[in-house]
Amino acid sequence: MNQLNIVQPGPLTLVQDLGRPGLAHLGVGASGAMDRAAFALANRLVGNAPDAAGLEILFGPVTIRAEASVWVAVTGAWGNVSVEGREVPPHTATLIGQGEPLVLGAADHGIRYYVAVRGGIDVPLVLGSRSSDLLARLGPSPLVAGEVLKVGTAVQGPVALVDVVPVDAPSNSPVTLEVRPGPRRDWFTPESWRELLEREWIVSPRSDRTGIRLEGPALERSEQRELPSEGMVPGAIQVSPDGAPTILAVDHPVTGGYPVIAVITDEWLDSLAQVRPGQGIRFRLATGRG
Amino acid sequence: MKILPFGDRALLAEFSNLDQTMRAFRAFGVARAPGIIELIPAASTVLVRLDPNKLSLRAAEQWVTDTYGRASRVDTGGEVVDSNVIIPVRYNGPDLAQTALMLGISVAELISRHSQAQWRCAFIGFVPGFAYLASKDVDFDVPRRHTSRATVPRGSVGLAGEFTGIYPRSSPGGWQIIGTTPLELWNESHDDPAAITPGMTVRFEVDT
Repeated sequence: MNQLNIVQPGPLTLVQDLGRPGLAHLGVGASGAMDRAAFALANRLVGNAPDAAGLEILFGPVTIRAEASVWVAVTGAWGNVSVEGREVPPHTATLIGQGEPLVLGAADHGIRYYVAVRGGIDVPLVLGSRSSDLLARLGPSPLVAGEVLKVGTAVQGPVALVDVVPVDAPSNSPVTLEVRPGPRRDWFTPESWRELLEREWIVSPRSDRTGIRLEGPALERSEQRELPSEGMVPGAIQVSPDGAPTILAVDHPVTGGYPVIAVITDEWLDSLAQVRPGQGIRFRLATGRG
Repeated sequence: MKILPFGDRALLAEFSNLDQTMRAFRAFGVARAPGIIELIPAASTVLVRLDPNKLSLRAAEQWVTDTYGRASRVDTGGEVVDSNVIIPVRYNGPDLAQTALMLGISVAELISRHSQAQWRCAFIGFVPGFAYLASKDVDFDVPRRHTSRATVPRGSVGLAGEFTGIYPRSSPGGWQIIGTTPLELWNESHDDPAAITPGMTVRFEVDT
């Protein structure tokens, strides 16, 4: 049985998989990999089952060694990734030899790397998932230096021997995300709604898997009532009493008591995983009605 | 009922009171159409999450309207009880006396009302397994503590607003704590991790 040794976990390295959807009525959010497409690609490259657990690595630098040689793939953020000094191109399966260090340098595009190891990471399932949910405190704790993880057997097919998967690096320029109106849009003044859609918002450094906080002008409410807590979804843009918007991310509380002005549409949620502190975000209103 | 938009994969059904909300949650749960992936009840809303490949927003809106309409016509007020949980409580919480004082009743009266009422789980929130229990038998309206506690021990039984609840594990909290229970309310290693789920009825029993 192979094992991974987390030599250097960086600021935050988590075990993630597809999460725990469907348990919100018990107070458990879906959690799971924040950039779902990058996570799925990493598993596919090493021939894993889609639900095999991998690592979600915030920013880096991170060093990992394997006890025996193993195929790995790195997706999501872009940075200087190498094995024993050999550069590892993004989005390719790479064989790392016994004891060779896989080093992920500080990300220069995007902010979350995904590392899949062939066979997946074998930690106990909690409510059907191996994900760390930091808010609900479910699943493994953030990984610490010296921690050893078992490699599992969640293999589904061969290692993908493609040369290059054409996925661009996450953009460091302002990103535009599509939104639809939220349930409490009419709790805000028309000027605030325009402001939300017209200006560029800045990602606050106080952003995490619970929510992406945005810096900009305060959004003014026309309705001052207190809101009884109501169900939430990832991508909901909640506005706190001081007028600051926060986009809820994968570890969001299942219910919240701040009004939701707008909601990011599903296909744009993955990009939330890769926005960097200080980066700009713009919102564009989706057209049509699903 | 009002249906509010919630992005491209959800709708929010809003009701005028808790009772209507609980009835609607029950009706949606029973009628569950393919494509409805999750129902999240709260104090006056039910969030309906859907899979747009199986059910469009428009179809989901129609389903919510029809299901609620049917339930309102058929429901004669006779309540179906899913299952009943009995919670043994030692009424020895740090806020017991203060809470009785705020409600203008004696401690004995508070204990008797709390333990004789039939409660029902309206929804779960705050932390995994934290059930908000409401009752038609009491008319408590309890303000939260001015400053919340950094740690409320697991098993603490509290009151806030019209609700009572039990802390399933130690966490920060602002509810008025009136007692404790030794019963395990949350165990994530079980397939059914929560002892209390929305719709269940709950009674408290004085544990001396």
